[in-house]
Order: sequence, then C-alpha cells, then structure tokens
Amino acid sequence: MAVLIAPPIHAVPVEVGGMAVLLRTCDSAFARMLQDRYAGFVNRCVVPVFEFDVDLVVPSGVDPDAEVQVRCEHGRWSFRRGDFQAEWDPRSRRGSIRQTANPYSVDAVLRIVHTLVLAGEGGFLLHSASAMRGGRAFLFSGLSGAGKTTISRLAPPDVTLLTDEVSYVRRHEEGYRAFGTPFAGELARVGENVSAPIAAVYLLDKGPANRIDPVSALEATQRIMRNILFFAEEPEMVRRVFEAACEFVARVPVYRLTFFPDERVWELIR
Amino acid sequence: MNAKYIARSTAIAARKLGDEMIIMSALNSTLFTLNPVATVIWQAADGKTPLSDIVEGTVCRQFDVAPQLAYQDAEALVNDLAGHGILLVSEQPISTQAPQEVR
Repeated sequence: MAVLIAPPIHAVPVEVGGMAVLLRTCDSAFARMLQDRYAGFVNRCVVPVFEFDVDLVVPSGVDPDAEVQVRCEHGRWSFRRGDFQAEWDPRSRRGSIRQTANPYSVDAVLRIVHTLVLAGEGGFLLHSASAMRGGRAFLFSGLSGAGKTTISRLAPPDVTLLTDEVSYVRRHEEGYRAFGTPFAGELARVGENVSAPIAAVYLLDKGPANRIDPVSALEATQRIMRNILFFAEEPEMVRRVFEAACEFVARVPVYRLTFFPDERVWELIR
Repeated sequence: MNAKYIARSTAIAARKLGDEMIIMSALNSTLFTLNPVATVIWQAADGKTPLSDIVEGTVCRQFDVAPQLAYQDAEALVNDLAGHGILLVSEQPISTQAPQEVR
C-alpha cells in the first residue's frame, strides 16, 4: 500500500513597514534563500496579515524584464510578469505565486502587495533612498542615476540606512514615517528594519557644490508623483495615490539637494 | 458662433497649489499643470456656463486681457485639454458629476 506523505511546508514571515506577509513553500532551499535575503525582516513573533503559497516551476525562457501587469476583478488581484504569475484575495488574506526559484519574482510580488495596501491608507513606496539620523528620517528621491546609491554609500557612521532604492512611507498620526525595506538597489544591501518620522525629502541633483534649495509645492508634487512606485491602473487606485502624494507634500518639507559626490554633503543633512 | 460648454472629466484627480492647478488623468497617470488663467477656466468648467461667459465674467475680470484674445486663448486651451481627455467640450450643456478637488 502506498503511503502518501505531504511534503513539509516551510514558512517565512517577511515583515516590512510593520506588515508581515507569510511566504510558504515546500522547497527547503528556496525557503533558506528567502530567509537569507530578508534576514533582518523575518519576524516570527507577529501574526502575518497575508499569506502566499509559492509554487516553484521549471524555468522556460521567461522574460523577467517584461512589464508587470496588475489587474483587479471582483476584488481579486492578479499580478503577471514574464517570470511569475500571482493571485491575491485581500478579503481572504491569501494568495499564491507561481514562479521559478529566484529571489526577484517574490520580491516584485511583495512590492506590489505593499503598494496596494499603502494606497488604501495614504502611504506609498517611493523610488528613493532613505536614512535615519538623530531619530529622524530623510528621503533622497530621484530616478536611476540621480545619486541615491552614491549618497547612501557616503553616509557617515551615525546614519542608519533604511534603503538605497525603495522607501516605505506610511501615514502616522500628524505626519509620515519611513520604514526600512529589504528592497535593495545597486548597493545590494538591505536596509535596517527600523522606522522614524520623516523630517524632509530631498530631490537629488548632482552638481559642482553642495546646496539645498526650496522647491515649489507644484514641482515637489510632480517629482514625488513621478517617483512613486505603483503598478495598478484602476482609476480609483490611481486617484488615491495622487491624493496621497498631494497630502504628503502638504505636510513634509521637500527641497532640492544639489550635491557633489563626497561625504561633505552629509553636513547639510541634519 | 455656437455656444461652447465645458466640464471637468470625472476620470481625473486635481489639486490647487497656490494659483496653479495640478491635474492627473486617472486613466493613464499623466500629469498636467495649469497656469493661473487656465486654473480659473478649469474651476469654472461646470458644464452649465458657456465658455464665453466664463471668459467675460471671470477671466477678463481677474486678468488684464481683451475679451476677444482671451476667448481665442481659452478656446485653444479647452480644445487641448479635451484632446487629453481631462475636459469635456460640447455645444450643449453637459451633465456630469464633476470630481471633487483634492483638499
């Protein structure tokens, strides 16, 4: 008589921005990879808000650079890219991911889930580096090449890096709070899993000298909007993100930081 | 000349920042910025007031501009915004539920 034994399930709870997402897989090597990749963000002491079953498939010439598609039908979300397919039902708090054994697909799914959750509460993921100094967070925003990695690399020892690539912004009481994220950029170093109230946002420009200039609310809103990570196309969700950006700019000082790439720029960030 | 009526599309989000308006198309996330004159026209686009009345009654009173020139500019503006799908233009009054401006 054949005895069927279910393979063991490995569960890795990844907590970002105070919200834990449980990733479950039958593959022990993949679970170890998740554990290592999200090391500072694995928290087994919290109740996960959402659970995803990760189903690993054999690679078949997929294109991970294909544009991601995010759709919602009857309250159920589907995410697709060349390298993964995912389903997510926020009401049942469960979802599934079908992907090859790589760290990038699940990372993309986590980013999408967080953008959708944050959109519902006035927060967002921002294409920016962020760092904590003296109990306050500072964001450095710009597209690729603006200097996010450079300014992160130049940070002095009293600065805690939250991320060099994707900042996590949540509404908090009268202001906003930035959380560390494991979503790394060129520095390939995950941020610290800590948070602080946001003191300022700096729009990065490289130049011959270090200086800080004010920017109009209009320019700040335009630049912030351009740098918000958002994947869904539903008009209502898009509208929420716009409103979140406007509220953010109304409450958080935004400046232009022109900087020469050496450590003296950090003398201005206090 | 036929009357021209204008109304804000419902598929947008907008916010006034100082004297200017920033508008985002919720259909494709494109951002538009309106200068103070265009902002006044945008805010008056209720679907019921003819464009000529908006120009004479609002634009020409708030800005130092001749009515005929103001109307030509306003017409070009509304056609441009209509082309981007963020403003509706009709020869009849337009019945829409204009979107709320973000606070």
